[in-house]
Amino acid sequence: MTTAVELAAEVRGGVTTARSATEAALRAVAEQDGAVHAFLHVDADGALRAADRVDAMVADGRDPGPLAGVPVALKDNLCTRDMPTTAASRILEGWTPPYAATVVDRLVAAGAVPVGKTNLDEFAMGSSTENSGYGPTRNPHDTTRVPGGSSGGSAAAVAAGMVPIGLGSDTGGSIRQPAAFCGVVGVKPTYGMVSRYGLIAFASSLDQIGPLASTVEDAAVCLEVIAGHDPMDSTSLREAPPSVVAAVDDGVDGRRVGLVRELVDGADRDVVEAVERAAAALEAAGATVVERSVPELRLGLSAYYLIAPSEASSNLARYDGVRYGLRVDAEDVTAMNVATRTKGFGDEVKRRIMLGTYALSAGYYDAYYGQALRVRTLVARAFASAYADLDVLLGATTPTTAFALGAKTADPMAMYLSDVFTIPSNLSGEAAIAVPFGAGADGLPIGVQLLGPARAEPRLFAAARVLEAAA
Amino acid sequence: MSALTRADVAHVAALARLALSDEELDRYTGQLAVVLDHAQDVAALDLEGTPPTAHPFAEHTVLREDVEAPCLDRDVVLAQAPAVEDDRFCVPRIIGEAP
Repeated sequence: MTTAVELAAEVRGGVTTARSATEAALRAVAEQDGAVHAFLHVDADGALRAADRVDAMVADGRDPGPLAGVPVALKDNLCTRDMPTTAASRILEGWTPPYAATVVDRLVAAGAVPVGKTNLDEFAMGSSTENSGYGPTRNPHDTTRVPGGSSGGSAAAVAAGMVPIGLGSDTGGSIRQPAAFCGVVGVKPTYGMVSRYGLIAFASSLDQIGPLASTVEDAAVCLEVIAGHDPMDSTSLREAPPSVVAAVDDGVDGRRVGLVRELVDGADRDVVEAVERAAAALEAAGATVVERSVPELRLGLSAYYLIAPSEASSNLARYDGVRYGLRVDAEDVTAMNVATRTKGFGDEVKRRIMLGTYALSAGYYDAYYGQALRVRTLVARAFASAYADLDVLLGATTPTTAFALGAKTADPMAMYLSDVFTIPSNLSGEAAIAVPFGAGADGLPIGVQLLGPARAEPRLFAAARVLEAAA
Repeated sequence: MSALTRADVAHVAALARLALSDEELDRYTGQLAVVLDHAQDVAALDLEGTPPTAHPFAEHTVLREDVEAPCLDRDVVLAQAPAVEDDRFCVPRIIGEAP
């Protein structure tokens, strides 16, 4: 498949048109999405109109931008003005937001063509895209397997070649884990680097938007387009984001890489072997790789599954049947709230709201939520200590390759464990990338993970590019 | 730490404005207890003296200049509401309701 970088160059150079690229993407969706179900909504007319605007700019001699004519898929928890936005929840069925997410406006301003909204676990709560209120997405490599989650729709759309780039959101691994399961590149940028204005909130101290792409360079171009300060997001970093596109070919010569025991322990043998091969590839490219233990990371999973549900229980209080979305009528307002939420939310969302409400409730706050916040300090300090003498950390993205549909739906804790390696970077707010590196014994993709401190994206992209070339 | 009971789950469901059937109450009690059991590794730590981190980077209150700026169009916003009356969101009876 043509990469986003190649396609944008062809559109800018008049070799091809945004319209023909968009028509090709729409054809691919029509042909493949019956089996994959990556999309909840496809806006063919809107996409073709956006493509024609790009082509008109080229015809006028104006530059549409670095993603000129590139079809993109948007996770359906990103608000769009002219497409419905559901967060895969029945409680938002039929809602069309009155504003668009900053990232959507920035993609369009860079020439990208949004073709539709992709499936996710309801409100981004899940690791398989099976918690969608509109049915699961399937892994394009094997449709009996899950694509991962919660950004499973965007990961599957990119993996199937329907679009070169998708946007996802990552609260505990929701970009990186599906990227690994689908064999694509997934980036969780530093917290605050990408505006969350217009992202439907799940756990606000952890949520971050990032790209899923078929190549490291495409992911870098996309990140550079969406990153940067936004006055509409009070958590948006004021410093200009570092250039990642310019760093992609920097290599790893002289870099110190830590292979983190806690980020491979418990993983399947073929996943561990892939990480070891990745370490060897980085060494062959001039990096020094040392083994390192960061025991505090083992506490991340428990802390996350107290902090994220606590924040979610607060964020999701807004779905009360008053201002938007579903309302189930009842005799008084409280009964209406209860009836609406009970009908509109799925099982996993209810589970997390109740878990968070419990962790925040009188008598348990200190023991659960308060403790989890202290553990968050331990995790951040442990990373800082590791980065005192290491440039990049290396580990697995997931303990296994993509699991079968239905394998973990009855056992929430088993599902949560698939995020064990991705969660720590969300707790610390730092950068991480999942990059495909080989396949498991079952033939399914394996993704290795590169982690760095805040704003260390340039060195992570450079290392990811080395692995991409060696894979 | 006391084990999670069915009554605890019924209590938090009521706080969260969720109605659960008896079957759901049993199922959620079991599932949430497993998650809380796993969390004992965190709950049992002695972290006296370790400060909490609620946010990845030092948070400051962010204020914008106090100048008029366009906001969302009222009609566009109200068009998405389940019920509207006299340019306002319309809800069922509130006054006279039990607290």
